[in-house]
Amino acid sequence: MNRFAWLLDRLAYEPRRNGKLALIADYLRTTPDPDRGYALAAMTGGLVFQNAKPGLIRALIAERTDPVLFALSYDYVGDLSETVALMWPARHGANDVPHLPDVVAGLQKSGKTEMPRLIASWLDALDETGRWALLKLITGALRIGVSARLAKTAAASLGGIPADEVEQVWHGLEPPYTALFAWLEGRGPRPEASDPAPFRPVMLSHAIEDGDFDKFDAAEFAAEWKWDGIRVQAVAGTRPDGGRTVRLYSRTGEEIGAAFPDLTEALTQDGALDGELLVMRDGTVQSFNTLQQRLNRKQVTAKMLAGFPAHIRVYDLLAEGDEDLRELSYVERRVRLEAFLGRLGSTRFDLSPRIPFASWEELTVARADPASAGAGGDAEAVEGCMLKRLDSPYLPGRPKGYWYKWKRDARLVDCVLMYAQRGHGKRSSFYSDYTFGVWRVGETGADELVPVGKAYFGFTDEELIEIDRYVRKNTENRFGPVREVTHTAVSGLVFEVAFEGLQRSTRHKSGLAMRFPRISRIRWDKPPGEADRIETLEALLPG
Amino acid sequence: MKPSDLLIPTPAGLYCPLADIHIDPVRPVARALITHGHSDHARAGHGAVLATSETLAIMALRYGEAFTGSRQVAAPGETTRIGEVDFRFVPAGHVLGSAQIVVEHKGLRIVVSGDYKRERDPTCAPFEPVICDVFITEATFGLPVFRHPPASAETAKLLDSVRLFPERTHIVGAYSLGKAQRLMALIREAGYERPLFIHGAVEKITELYQAEGIPLGDVRKIEPGDRKAEGRKAFAGEIVICPPSAIQDLWSRRFPDPVTAFASGWMRIRARARQKGVELPLIISDHADWDDLQATIREVQAGEIWITHGEAEALAHWCGTVGLKGMPLHLVGYGDEGEAEPEGKPAEASA
Repeated sequence: MNRFAWLLDRLAYEPRRNGKLALIADYLRTTPDPDRGYALAAMTGGLVFQNAKPGLIRALIAERTDPVLFALSYDYVGDLSETVALMWPARHGANDVPHLPDVVAGLQKSGKTEMPRLIASWLDALDETGRWALLKLITGALRIGVSARLAKTAAASLGGIPADEVEQVWHGLEPPYTALFAWLEGRGPRPEASDPAPFRPVMLSHAIEDGDFDKFDAAEFAAEWKWDGIRVQAVAGTRPDGGRTVRLYSRTGEEIGAAFPDLTEALTQDGALDGELLVMRDGTVQSFNTLQQRLNRKQVTAKMLAGFPAHIRVYDLLAEGDEDLRELSYVERRVRLEAFLGRLGSTRFDLSPRIPFASWEELTVARADPASAGAGGDAEAVEGCMLKRLDSPYLPGRPKGYWYKWKRDARLVDCVLMYAQRGHGKRSSFYSDYTFGVWRVGETGADELVPVGKAYFGFTDEELIEIDRYVRKNTENRFGPVREVTHTAVSGLVFEVAFEGLQRSTRHKSGLAMRFPRISRIRWDKPPGEADRIETLEALLPG
Repeated sequence: MKPSDLLIPTPAGLYCPLADIHIDPVRPVARALITHGHSDHARAGHGAVLATSETLAIMALRYGEAFTGSRQVAAPGETTRIGEVDFRFVPAGHVLGSAQIVVEHKGLRIVVSGDYKRERDPTCAPFEPVICDVFITEATFGLPVFRHPPASAETAKLLDSVRLFPERTHIVGAYSLGKAQRLMALIREAGYERPLFIHGAVEKITELYQAEGIPLGDVRKIEPGDRKAEGRKAFAGEIVICPPSAIQDLWSRRFPDPVTAFASGWMRIRARARQKGVELPLIISDHADWDDLQATIREVQAGEIWITHGEAEALAHWCGTVGLKGMPLHLVGYGDEGEAEPEGKPAEASA
C-alpha cells in the first residue's frame, strides 16, 4: 500500500504528461503481480466497492473529531479524502501497513457491518499519504490527473506497443490483469478478446478553424448535424454458447446499458453502432435538459421509460457481425450502416441524415437555419455541423485531417455576478463558481436581479485571481462556502455569459435554464444597471 | 482592571492606553512596540519604536535608517516601564529577533505572542512560555489538518530529490526573511556542503543573519550574467533558494529542467501546492501547527485566549471545548508576509 500511495502522491504533483507516464510505467515495471494489476485497475476505474462509500468515511471521521472543526477543515481543504487523511488521529505502530491486494480484497468482500472497523484499522496503520491514497481508492475519484487512457498507455509501454492494442483486449480482462502483464512482458500469449461486445475507442473531431474552408474542397466532405445529446456506442454480439450480449458504452468506454433497457432490448442485430443518445417524443428530439432527467440514474422505472423514451441517432457502423468495418471509408461504412438499420427495423435507432450542400456557402446557410435545411422539428437539438471526409477510416482518438465540428455560434448575454462559491480541488482557495442574474421588474415594481445560471469556467487563471479578489472585497453576506457579492444597479461585476441554448425550467426562479453557460468576458467597465433584462432571454426561448 | 482595558484591539492594532503605545501597528503611530521584522508586523513611519536589536536591524535594512523617528533596543528578558505598565520581550522562536511581548500592570499579565513556533530552529532563540492571564495568539495554521512533520524529514526529502535528479536544478521558494535562512541551516545540518545559490531578493537578509553569527556555509548570489556564461547547463544539480513569487516567474524557467519546491506549512494541502505548480512540496513552517497551538495555550495556563489572525474561529471553538474563553479579535492587516496569508491574496499562497 505504501508504494501505491507513493505513486499516487508523485502523480498528484507531476504536472507533465510524460512525467506521469514515466512514473506509472516505472511503477508497473518494478512492482510485482498482483499489486501492480490492482493499481492499474484503480487508475482505470476498474475497482468498484459496493459496501465502501464516502458516507462510511464521513461516519468514521465523525466518531473521531469535533463536527465544527471537521466542517471548517473540509471547507478549507475542499477534498473529503484529504481532509480525513490529515485529521485522522495518528496511532503509529497500531498495525502492520496493509498490502494493496489485501485492501482490495477486503473492500470487495467485507460486509457492511465489518467494513467500518476494517477501514479504521487500516487508517490507524497508515501515515498521511497512505491514508489519503486509501481514501481515494475507496471513494473512487483519484483526481490525480491520470485518465484511464494514460494508465493504459503506460502499461502498453511495458511491451513497447501502442495503447490501442491494449484497448483492443481490455474488455476481456479482469483485475489484477496478470495475463495482460505476461503478454506485455513477452511471457505469455496475447489475451483473447473474448468479449463478444467490446468497446472500440471512439473517433473524435477537431474544431474547425478560421481559414480551414479556404483549404478544404466541399466535394470531399459529407456534413451531418451535430446533435446535442450524449455520444454512445451500442454493441451487440453472440457468445460461443449462442446467447447474446448487448452493451451500451459512453464515449470513454464506461458501461451505461443498465440504465437503458429500452435500447439494449431493441438492438437485435450483431454490430457496433456509434451515435448520439437522445430522448424522443412523438418523433421529435427533446432538449438536452429533458435527456438529463434520464441520465445518471441507476434504477429506471416504468414511468421513466414511458416518459423519457431513449433513442440513438446513428452516424457510424464500426462492426457488423464479426466483421470489423473501421478500415473502410466513411462512404462505404455509411452504405453498410443504412442497410444495417433497415434490417434492424427499430424505431429506437435511426440514421443521422446528411446535410445536402454543394459549397461551403450553402452549408453556412444550412447551419444558420437547420430547421429549413432538413432538421425540421429537431432543429432545437442541433448544436452545429459535423464535417467528415468521405474517405476517412474510423480511427481511435483525435486523428488530424478527417473529422471537424463546426458549432453553432454561442448566444451572449450580460449578467451580474450575485453569488460566488469556493471551488474544489485545485481551486479550493478561490471563489470560482459564480451565480449570475439579469434584471426584471420585481413584485414591488422596482427592478431586481433574478439568478439565471451558474458557471465555473471560461476565464483564465489570472482572471480568476482578479475575480476572487473582487469577490472578497465586495462581500455582502457569507453562507458557509458561498459569498453574496454586491449587486446593485450602480455597484457590481458584469459577466458576458455565453451559452448554447435556453430551455424553460420550473426548477429555477427565473423559469429558464441555460445549456453550457460559461464566462466569455469580464466586463469590468460595464455598470450592472446596463446588464441584460429577462425579456432578452425570454425572446430566445424555443416557441 | 479588566484585560480589555489594558489592551484594546483597534484598527491600527493592539493599543495600550495606560502606556499610550501600539503593538505591531499596521499604520503609522506615535509609539510602537514590534514583535518581529516581517513587514505586516513591522511597518515604517512610526514616531518611536521599541524592539529587539535584531528586529531593529531588519527594519533598518528593509526600510532604510530613517524607518522611525527614534528607536530603543529591548533586551530579551529585561523589563521596560512605560507609564504605569511593564513590558518585557521574550523569545518567540519565529524568526531572528522575534519576541513575545509580556504586558503587566498591577498583577494582570497579558502575553502578546506575535507569530511563533515551537519546533527547533537553528537560526533563532526558542519560544519561552510565560504563564499569564490572557494569551494573545496567532492561528495561521489553526485547523486540525495542519500538523507539520519534522523539518529535518522534509529537508531530507529535498536532498533525496537532488540526488535522484542530478541533472536538474532544484528551485526552492522560501520566504526571504527567516524561512530561507532556516532552510539553509537545516540543509547544512543534514550534511550538504555544496554552495547554496540565492536569488538577489534573499541576499541582504541572509548577510544580516550571517553577521549575527549564524553559520549558513557557502552562500552565493546568482548574478544576471552567471547563467548566460554557462548556458543551459548552469546550476544543474544545485539548490537555488528564491522568494516564493520567483518560482513561477520567467526567472525560474531559465534553469535546466527545474524541480520546483516550496518550503511552507501551506504545502500540507495538495491544492495549494498544485496551484503554485509545485512538484516537491516541503512542509516547513515558521508557525505553530495545530498541536503546538494547543500545547502552548495549555502551557501558559491563561484563562482567556485572544486570537489575532488566521483560522481564529476554529481555534476559538477548540478553546470552548476545553473550558477556555477563546476570542477572535479580527485584526486586519496581518499575514501579508510569510505564511500568514491574507484572504485577499490567493495568488500569493505564501511561504
